[in-house]
Amino acid sequence: MNIHEYQGKEIFTGFGLPVPGGTAVQTVEEAVASAKEYGLPVMVKSQVLIGGRGKAGGVKFCETIEDVKENATNILGMDIKGHTVRTVLITPAVDIDSEFYIGMLIDRNTKRIMLMASAEGGIEIEKVAKDTPELIFKQIIDPRFGLLDHEAMDMGMRLCPDDIKKARQLASAMQKLYVAFVESDASMAEINPWIFTPEGVGHAIDAKVSLDDNAMFRHPAYEALRDLEAEDPSERAAREAGLSFVKLSGNVGCLVNGAGLAMATMDLVKYYGGQPANFLDIGGSSNPEKVVNALNIILADKEVKAILFNIFGGITRCDDVANGIIAATNSMDIDVPIVVRLIGTNEEEGRALLANTDLVSAETMDEVVKKAIELAG
Amino acid sequence: MAIFVDDSTKVVVQGITGRDGGFHSGEMLAYGTKIVAGVTPGRGGQKFQDQVPVYDTVKEAVSEQGANTSVIFVPPFGAAGAIYEAADAGCKLIVCITEGVPTVDMVKVMPYLEERGARLIGPNCPGLLAPGIAKLGILPTSIVKEGPVGLVSRSGTLTYEVVYQLSAAGLGQTTCLGIGGDPIIGTTFMDAIIAFNEDPKTEAFVMIGEIGGDAEEQAAEYIKANVKKPVVSFIAGQTAPPGKKMGHAGAIVSGGSGTAAEKTKALEAAGIPVAERPMDIVPRLQEIWKK
Repeated sequence: MNIHEYQGKEIFTGFGLPVPGGTAVQTVEEAVASAKEYGLPVMVKSQVLIGGRGKAGGVKFCETIEDVKENATNILGMDIKGHTVRTVLITPAVDIDSEFYIGMLIDRNTKRIMLMASAEGGIEIEKVAKDTPELIFKQIIDPRFGLLDHEAMDMGMRLCPDDIKKARQLASAMQKLYVAFVESDASMAEINPWIFTPEGVGHAIDAKVSLDDNAMFRHPAYEALRDLEAEDPSERAAREAGLSFVKLSGNVGCLVNGAGLAMATMDLVKYYGGQPANFLDIGGSSNPEKVVNALNIILADKEVKAILFNIFGGITRCDDVANGIIAATNSMDIDVPIVVRLIGTNEEEGRALLANTDLVSAETMDEVVKKAIELAG
Repeated sequence: MAIFVDDSTKVVVQGITGRDGGFHSGEMLAYGTKIVAGVTPGRGGQKFQDQVPVYDTVKEAVSEQGANTSVIFVPPFGAAGAIYEAADAGCKLIVCITEGVPTVDMVKVMPYLEERGARLIGPNCPGLLAPGIAKLGILPTSIVKEGPVGLVSRSGTLTYEVVYQLSAAGLGQTTCLGIGGDPIIGTTFMDAIIAFNEDPKTEAFVMIGEIGGDAEEQAAEYIKANVKKPVVSFIAGQTAPPGKKMGHAGAIVSGGSGTAAEKTKALEAAGIPVAERPMDIVPRLQEIWKK
């Protein structure tokens, strides 16, 4: 789950990282009131879950209250790459002498958390990684000991070789970021940029944090950080029903068990010239209710002209899926054709249940996809 | 022969009294897997299906029954704990089926396993099935067949689809292995490929990848340099939009990397055919594998 800058900063603050104060607001009046409270100059920063806010004009420096009014008016409601700005962060503007990048992520290869840092702060790290990878320093962290003092200090000295005080501040920030990462169950945490003022005081002036969905059971309070308005309504309904769902723009609805098979099914729809309407993994459980919920979510999309089920039973039992399909078709008004392919655990029982319905059946993955495309027209 | 299991594999199932753990333990037993014990804290002294003794701890299962392998069906909040317990008790192979384990938990588990020389498969995986030898996990036994092909995959049901087609074409398997779809997993593609390459019974193998990470690219390099056996691959997620997690926590195209196109390119550059559709895997394998 990606969270907004202001939310990430709240987490950072909780772990002792120096963050300039700030208030997230939804109206121009509130923006003005906070600017007065902090004292000018301030920054008005759009809060959207996408990069490139500055380039899009969503981050502005304001010297006067008039500036605050004008910029907040422009930015609130602005569209940034398909994301509507509903919240802006008002934060005191700090003088910047130098900028750095500090980030942590899960490194699949070493199976550890990796610290990355660079003196090329303030620009997209992907760009630095591509153009000048030698300017990014990396440290793999042993989870038994955390980011050790000498490791953090070594990174600090690489970033600020001529200034021990700044190197120490950076080292301390990196250690705090590591603790924040682990304790909040992040999957990614970035400070870009970390800045020093001309007086040599360091601040995290941006925060990009992604939290591990699998760890939400440990952090019930983080559920409130979810931006429900930024979420597609169908994706939200799917999440609440415990389904893995991604909305796409085609007309062939896909219900599949297992993420890999679901992706391969979408790919096959495209291969045969159709357009998948969604990715949907009904998961490994054998709960007929899930099938009902899944059908409801897919049918809410009026573009969908045909629906396919591609079920390979393992932990999922085909008869449970069949019961779900029957329960759904009995309780709902479904006016699009449904093609079903059931194979694997309890496939015979499943097929027998569907034999007396008007659902179209298919034997293979190829066949279910081709029939669905044909029926979608 | 198979990879990672043999006749000496003695299994303890952690979570044997749960709904899924119970169902699949029954299936594993029916296939002839030597399940020597089950573990559910608080249920020690009971018997599973009137034959398998249940203990409170893995340590007891190991000392009383000689278990050397654990299969874990424990809910996500307890999964990492179950892995530590299995490794500490001396299990050298641990298969974690559980989906939804926090990534930070897995990061912390890894050095513990490395120190004890324990191999982990998963989490969030279907496990392993060595036809004729043992089933450790949830792969359906009806679709497998003994034979010379190895199969390794990040997916569950897509693995079944491919195994089904292999068996239908008369191509049996030495081992079908699902390594799991999470960002941090114990056994990787590379581990599986090295094992298949060294296994004398495995004559050819299939690698089923998906978007996210660069494990397929690394495997491609290794295969190019070290593997003489025929290998065919498939990559799921050609149509996945960037930045969206496709079900598996690890299946995401981020910052423009981890795409199916990149992986396909790397594999093809290493001389490994990449099937366009799942049903092309068998024909592509037959093409390059002149028996």
